[in-house]
Amino acid sequence: MDKKVFTTPILKQNPITVLVLGICSALAVTVKLEPAIVMAISVTLVTGLSSFLISLIRKTIPNRIRIIVQLVVVAMFVILIEQILKAYVYDVSKQLSVYVGLIITNCIIMGRIEAFGLTEKPLPSLVDGLANGLGYGLILIVVAFFRELIGSGTLFGAQIIPQSWYAANGGAYLNNGLFIMPPMALILIGCLIWIQRSIQKEDK
Amino acid sequence: MNTNKNSYTVIYTIVLVAIVATILALVSMGLKQKQQTNIEVEKQLSILSSANLAKDAKSASDKNSYVQGEFAKYITEALVVNAKGEVVESYTEDIVKSNAFKISIADEYAKMRDIDAAKDEATKESILSQLRLPVFVCNTPEGAQYYILSAYGAGLWGPIWAYIAVKQNATSLAGAIFDHSSETPGLGGEIVTEKFRNQFVNKVILENGEVSEIRVVKDGADDPLHEVDAISGATITSTSVQKMLTQWTNYYKPYLMNISKGSKAPEQTIEVKDFEQDPQVIEL
Repeated sequence: MDKKVFTTPILKQNPITVLVLGICSALAVTVKLEPAIVMAISVTLVTGLSSFLISLIRKTIPNRIRIIVQLVVVAMFVILIEQILKAYVYDVSKQLSVYVGLIITNCIIMGRIEAFGLTEKPLPSLVDGLANGLGYGLILIVVAFFRELIGSGTLFGAQIIPQSWYAANGGAYLNNGLFIMPPMALILIGCLIWIQRSIQKEDK
Repeated sequence: MNTNKNSYTVIYTIVLVAIVATILALVSMGLKQKQQTNIEVEKQLSILSSANLAKDAKSASDKNSYVQGEFAKYITEALVVNAKGEVVESYTEDIVKSNAFKISIADEYAKMRDIDAAKDEATKESILSQLRLPVFVCNTPEGAQYYILSAYGAGLWGPIWAYIAVKQNATSLAGAIFDHSSETPGLGGEIVTEKFRNQFVNKVILENGEVSEIRVVKDGADDPLHEVDAISGATITSTSVQKMLTQWTNYYKPYLMNISKGSKAPEQTIEVKDFEQDPQVIEL
């Protein structure tokens, strides 16, 4: 199997910065680092497993209802993950609240199944799905890092910016409220796309 | 094989859905007990945290048994009170299995909404008489006694709820804890943070026999007894918190009045302690 199956989706063909898929959840769960990481893991598992399963049964799927079949499979994995999170890491499942369920609607998953899982063998499909999830997660974590640090002055909920810097305690620093808002996530993703595009241009 | 035949498609769909449904049903059944325990422990922890207890829950190696142990230790009584302030049911043992613990505050909130929507006094009265409010009596290790009340209301995207620990004087809070089902993480979701909930310590909920509203203000709270800071970027969730607390305090008011009148005789020493504490707070 070609190594590129794994590496391309993470950088060169990143689902968020290049394919511009899955933006909605990237805006929603990146206010804090912790939910962003759990979301990244969940999406990685779902993309990988559903691509794998679809690829396994790809020859039996009637073409006319293939989207419905994909949806059922994806929904099954999402519900499984939600149930398991609720039973074993209840706190995290609460933090992610509705967004776990909304993984079903993440375009990356259906996109990868359509573009890869339906035509390729199971193992490459699994790798492709996992890699796309990781590519998505990477951007999520980078965005969440800046949003949490600048918007709330914390990382993983722990205070990073010293309390004495704050205007309330005599310093000159204020948390930037804009970073908590969804528009800033979009601007940050825009910046990431900008950086990536300019680097890739040089490569050529 | 021709996978495009109608009969094939229909059979394929039925088989696929049946398999998926079976898997999901089995997993759901298998995990139900664990999830139920998680939900119960979550509630116990909320109740304890409102009185600033069970602080080691996060670092405890077995969180569930730690919380259950602390709950059994400090929550000594659970009551069900009606809108007149009378104690309808009282439990001192197996509190987690008691009616007081099982009361769905969401259902009680639905009744409150029915009361607000009722057109005539008679319907209003009849719903009001069905209202059942849970109260948990908590004896802290320091010897203080708190009454822990519940609250439930509408946030921005879904329900929000709270447990507030009222001091024995029945007028001010010892602490509060908030939770939500689907507020935005980082915005409305911040009501769960210590920073937000710690502001409610010593806030006054009853003043001269009237409900005193705890105002959640945007431009910086300066009244140490009545105002708390709102969460930036989450105006609707913040105002919802204020509305919810006021609404539920109103329904709890008769019971709180009964406590302060001394229907449950307060211990002298603690009363004195409270008086000593309060002036200091005002100075702050």
